[in-house]
Amino acid sequence: MTTPSLSGTNNTMANATVIPLARDASSRFLPWLIAFMVWLAALALAAVLVLSSFGDQWRNTLTGTLTVQIAAAPDDHKITTELRVQSALRIIRATPGIVSAKPVPLNQISDLLAPWLGRDLLTETLGLPIPRLIDVKLKQGVDFDVAALWERLNKEISGTQVDDHGVWLDKLIALASAIEAIAFAILILISVAGIATVVFATRTSLTIHRDVIELLHVMGARDEFVADQFHRHAMFLGLKGGVAGVALALITLWILGSLWQNVESSLLPPASLDFLQWTGIIAVALVAAAISTITARYTVLRALGRMP
Amino acid sequence: MVQGGGDVIRFQNVGVRYGVGPEILHDVSLRLEEGRFHYLTGASGAGKSSLLRLMYLANPPSRGLISLFGHDIASTPRRELPALRRRVGVVFQDFRLIDHLTAMENVALPLRVAGASEEQIQEHVPELLSWVGLSDHIAARPPTLSGGQKQRVAIARAVIARPKLLLADEPTGNVDDHIAKRLMHLFEELNKIGTTVVFATHNESLVNEFPHPRLHLADGELNDFSSGEVVSDDDSELERDE
Ligand SMILES: Nc1ncnc2c1ncn2[C@@H]1O[C@H](COP(=O)(O)OP(=O)(O)O)[C@@H](O)[C@H]1O
Ligand SMILES: [Mg+2]
Repeated sequence: MTTPSLSGTNNTMANATVIPLARDASSRFLPWLIAFMVWLAALALAAVLVLSSFGDQWRNTLTGTLTVQIAAAPDDHKITTELRVQSALRIIRATPGIVSAKPVPLNQISDLLAPWLGRDLLTETLGLPIPRLIDVKLKQGVDFDVAALWERLNKEISGTQVDDHGVWLDKLIALASAIEAIAFAILILISVAGIATVVFATRTSLTIHRDVIELLHVMGARDEFVADQFHRHAMFLGLKGGVAGVALALITLWILGSLWQNVESSLLPPASLDFLQWTGIIAVALVAAAISTITARYTVLRALGRMP
Repeated sequence: MVQGGGDVIRFQNVGVRYGVGPEILHDVSLRLEEGRFHYLTGASGAGKSSLLRLMYLANPPSRGLISLFGHDIASTPRRELPALRRRVGVVFQDFRLIDHLTAMENVALPLRVAGASEEQIQEHVPELLSWVGLSDHIAARPPTLSGGQKQRVAIARAVIARPKLLLADEPTGNVDDHIAKRLMHLFEELNKIGTTVVFATHNESLVNEFPHPRLHLADGELNDFSSGEVVSDDDSELERDE
């Protein structure tokens, strides 16, 4: 195994191989550990990025909408129910701050209920009372009084529900931010674990190569001469592990992405990352290499500083 | 702090102890002038290597003052010590060659440490290796070399950066008389061009054949058999052979 030189000159090439770091056991296991940590970190980062965009997306898609639910008429007569919907629409449309109000077509409601009730039960011959839904769009930025509308509707049409999605949304956003916080904590912990791993591996290498390091020291090598070799090697190992880890993370995210798209639900907002965010995830490899480099250098300089 | 003018090394009441063990060198005081050649003799375990370690700044003394090239070591900032160490060449008792590097790269090491250019390295190292008779072994790695060949690589490495002070720790310990004499000639050559030499040995016949002043270690004390370079608080304690 040879230590590749990051710069092309013979001089640095020879410098890089004075201490045979490439032969250490850590040269074999460290890239794997780093790859694993980078994989976790990249996924955690992706989670943070996606979840933080969810809150906004949910607010944008769901605030400004209401769903009004009208129970079937007590006699369950189609015409009576239809009249109830019509008078509800009149009341809603007369309310200030409303952009539009559209009844959800009956077959669409049946579609929504079908998974729970089954097609057969829903056929009108069986006469199951199906509630009607009205989609209401509100003007952006208007503080709409949901309770007042609900009261007015109920005065004329009993059994009317107004759902502003608010409670449900708040809980969802709370869940998303909790997951986001955990993912962020994981990110921090992985970094700490990564630093600890590099410190440990570097100290082990320092012990293995104590003789050569002492020789260089009495020859008049500056601490930086030795530290350069360690940090170059650590940079190489960090990059190697980082690239592997990010590659694994991209594959994982691609698989998760296609699973996500397969979920047919309006509940899940589209989980996509923009160019900058993808760059951020790919940059985890570079961050790993940088952490590895800086940690190794600092560890070596600290240890050598104790020599006379 | 500069002191001692032309003195390469100056020790004042230096004591050495390892850990909590007994003091193995007591009150060593000496002055070595530039351009001299000294033997350092004494039985095995007398402290020759320990004394040399102090001279190449591998470890500080337990007590006393050391100055090298006029710099008081204790008061010299740590970042200035590498430059002082580079002016000292050392031939270690156990060679300390790096096994995975070629003879060429081993010898080039002090130049690389000093930041020399690749051109300088390519020019000077093969030249020196051929001077010590190893032109056929430039690319050889130490494990493939004989004891005498390793020794010559070690010597070449010690002198490649033209040290002002050359310390040799029993360099003739592992070679036959014939090679030992050739090495002596080599050291004398280096001395003639101005290198101060301290040559630790317990080879009496060599000392007799190539006469030079001698520093002798016994019972943790340094005695001078030369011409007065050893300074002591109490000169009457010193044995003299002249
Ligand atoms: N690193 C060390 N730790 C403890 N004792 C040591 C160490 N190096 C040398 N000694 C002891 O110091 C004494 C002098 O050793 P040394 O300087 O190697 O003598 P010499 O080179 O004359 O044979 C010996 O008793 C040796 O055991
Ligand atoms: Mg010795």
